[in-house]
Amino acid sequence: MTAYNFAYLDEATKRMLRRAILKAVAIPGYQVPFSSREMPMPYGWGTGGVQVTAACLVPEDTLKVIDQGADDTTNAVSIRKFFQRVADVAVTERTAQASIIQTRHRIPETPLIAGQILVFQVPIPEPLRFLEPREVETRVMHALEDYGLMQVRLYEDIARHGEIARAYAYPVRVEGRYIMDPSPIPKFDNPKLNNSPALQLFGAGRECRIYALPPFTRVESLDFDDYPFSATKAAGQSCALCGSTVSYLDEVITDDAGGRMFVCSDTDYCAARVAAGSTEDAA
Amino acid sequence: MTPLLQVENLSKHYGAHLGCGDVSFALWPGEVMGIVGESGSGKSTLLNCLAGHLRPDAGRVLFDTREDGPRDILGMTEAERRWLARTDWAFVHQNPRDGLRMNVSAGGNVGERLMAVGARHYGDIRAQASDWLERVEIDVGRLDDRPRAFSGGMQQRLQIARNLVTGPRLVFMDEPTGGLDVSVQARLLDLLRGLVRRLGLSAVIVTHDLAVVRLLADRLMVMKDGRVVEQGLTDQVLDDPQHAYTQLLVSSVLQV
Amino acid sequence: MIEIAGVGKRFVLHNQGGVALSVMEGAALRVDPGECVALTGASGAGKSTLMRMIWGNYRCDTGSIRVAGVELCRAEPRAVLDLRRGTLGYVSQFLRVIPRVPTLRIVAEPLLAQGMDEDAALARARALLTRLNIPAPLWSLSPTTFSGGEQQRVNIARGFIQDWPVMLLDEPTASLDAANRAVVLELILQAKARGAAILGIFHDADARAAVCDREVDVTGFTPAMVSA
Repeated sequence: MTAYNFAYLDEATKRMLRRAILKAVAIPGYQVPFSSREMPMPYGWGTGGVQVTAACLVPEDTLKVIDQGADDTTNAVSIRKFFQRVADVAVTERTAQASIIQTRHRIPETPLIAGQILVFQVPIPEPLRFLEPREVETRVMHALEDYGLMQVRLYEDIARHGEIARAYAYPVRVEGRYIMDPSPIPKFDNPKLNNSPALQLFGAGRECRIYALPPFTRVESLDFDDYPFSATKAAGQSCALCGSTVSYLDEVITDDAGGRMFVCSDTDYCAARVAAGSTEDAA
Repeated sequence: MTPLLQVENLSKHYGAHLGCGDVSFALWPGEVMGIVGESGSGKSTLLNCLAGHLRPDAGRVLFDTREDGPRDILGMTEAERRWLARTDWAFVHQNPRDGLRMNVSAGGNVGERLMAVGARHYGDIRAQASDWLERVEIDVGRLDDRPRAFSGGMQQRLQIARNLVTGPRLVFMDEPTGGLDVSVQARLLDLLRGLVRRLGLSAVIVTHDLAVVRLLADRLMVMKDGRVVEQGLTDQVLDDPQHAYTQLLVSSVLQV
Repeated sequence: MIEIAGVGKRFVLHNQGGVALSVMEGAALRVDPGECVALTGASGAGKSTLMRMIWGNYRCDTGSIRVAGVELCRAEPRAVLDLRRGTLGYVSQFLRVIPRVPTLRIVAEPLLAQGMDEDAALARARALLTRLNIPAPLWSLSPTTFSGGEQQRVNIARGFIQDWPVMLLDEPTASLDAANRAVVLELILQAKARGAAILGIFHDADARAAVCDREVDVTGFTPAMVSA
């Protein structure tokens, strides 16, 4: 522990990160470039999120880390352990008890509250990337709100599939201004971005970009008047463990004979429901 | 009546080399102007300066905007220029690949400009795209096909539809019939002529093909080494050329 | 309707040693509404040159050419185009069209260019083609493959579809058989009757006698050939 500065990064680096974060908060949805550092983990494992978390952490924080909603997967466990070791902060698996939650590809089911910070790991921050390959041009497009192309992408989906087929990383418009990639969260989670009491920060380490949604920001998912956005998930299924019909479900293959089950992707939410259910049963 | 486009002493250098120099003309509503000259004569440079793709060193380009009347496009912000480029202006490239999105369906290509100016009703966008495919004589059944599956002539017609869907008033064309077979060219010329007449479009057409300007252009400008050497009525310039270069150009056309 | 005074024309051939050919000097004539005037003179005397200067595809170097009150000499292209759209009609000897465009559309085009309703314009085109004995099966074809006489008649149909106040006719009856020649002469007489001012070149003396009120010999406008 003494070998490292608090939260691994040196103070100058954290200061640089905080300045980028403050700018991002000041311009919701705008991608702020920052000088991404080498972290002791490979790109794609959440280096952007880890740097943002490191810049936000204070010793009093309680940290929760999830990967696709789960607290117990490799990525979540290793990042949690990393911060336990380099920052010595308290950790939790309970959404309600965390002050900072670093997440990969999910927003917890339990509604976030004021004072919490949700840090997203972002692989590709540029929503226009695969439509317009020139980075210089995409920045001009953002600057001039030249967003017809984004709508073309949704048009193509409907033309080909009869609906907007995008199920994750579904593009959103922030405060009627910037179009933003919400990171590869399922579109089921998109409504949770809107008007959230928590601060939402997005870090893309490989791409050196930070962007943010300050609390209570208006976030709209793009759509057409006659093909409105809908936050869908596996239809007609409920969690095999807790029975929830409203949470986002993962499909788990159980054998080689086509056996499968659906379970909550948010392990904390599911475990809490199971615990509450068993208490009720016992009583 | 005011000219739709008024160009005053426009010049563009590439380093020490003159791209185009001291060009002035006025284009009136409904007029089609041809610009001819050999490769390197500065006609494409001029077109790109007019369309806002290149920044000239000197001169003014006044466009008669719908809201505020004549305004110098060089003094506009990039945002204003882009807005013009997707509403009142159109640019037809010689190579349809430069003007189309090859990975997007024909309908998406035509619909893009509509969506860029705020259209958000899929059904309406699609209906307008179908209508425009018909107008440029592309089977509506191809609406969801990508342009890479189209022939060169169809691609060029699709590019025209994509450009005209927002009802522009000024169309820039850079060798619109350039890469096409002669028989396909004829059909495209007829289509362009009909559209220009029916929609009352003004157009600036750059080409090296004198037959194309004879059929499409009301007026003609002849360029050589970056300078305009002669301009006037198309048939006057072609039938009674005054400048040595124009005389050479006209007499060099092979007769069939 | 057509007033010409002191018109001169020179060709400078820059690519042939800068030879300057003075081909016309002091040309003057006048055509009133309802009048048909023939230009005469030997081949090469400048009949077509004068005609083209009035149409505007030859530049007029000196003098004045006024059509329906508009000065065409050194006029802005816009003024000439405007005149051609509504006032000045021209039947040339050659048909110049976009390949693959149907004959009917070619004939109707001047009306469409003026903004006439498509059905009405096509109806007039059909009537005129019928009158000029172009068989209906040919209407949907491009005239590029037609015979010389047929092309000439398509050209005439296109020239007469609109009631131009001023008309220029360059050999309208050349390469036509007797029956069609009669139709064309009839069209010219009708145009005169409605008050059109017509200036024409007629190779055929009988045709000239049938429709023309006066003759103007352009030989008088031809300067002695001088090379500079």
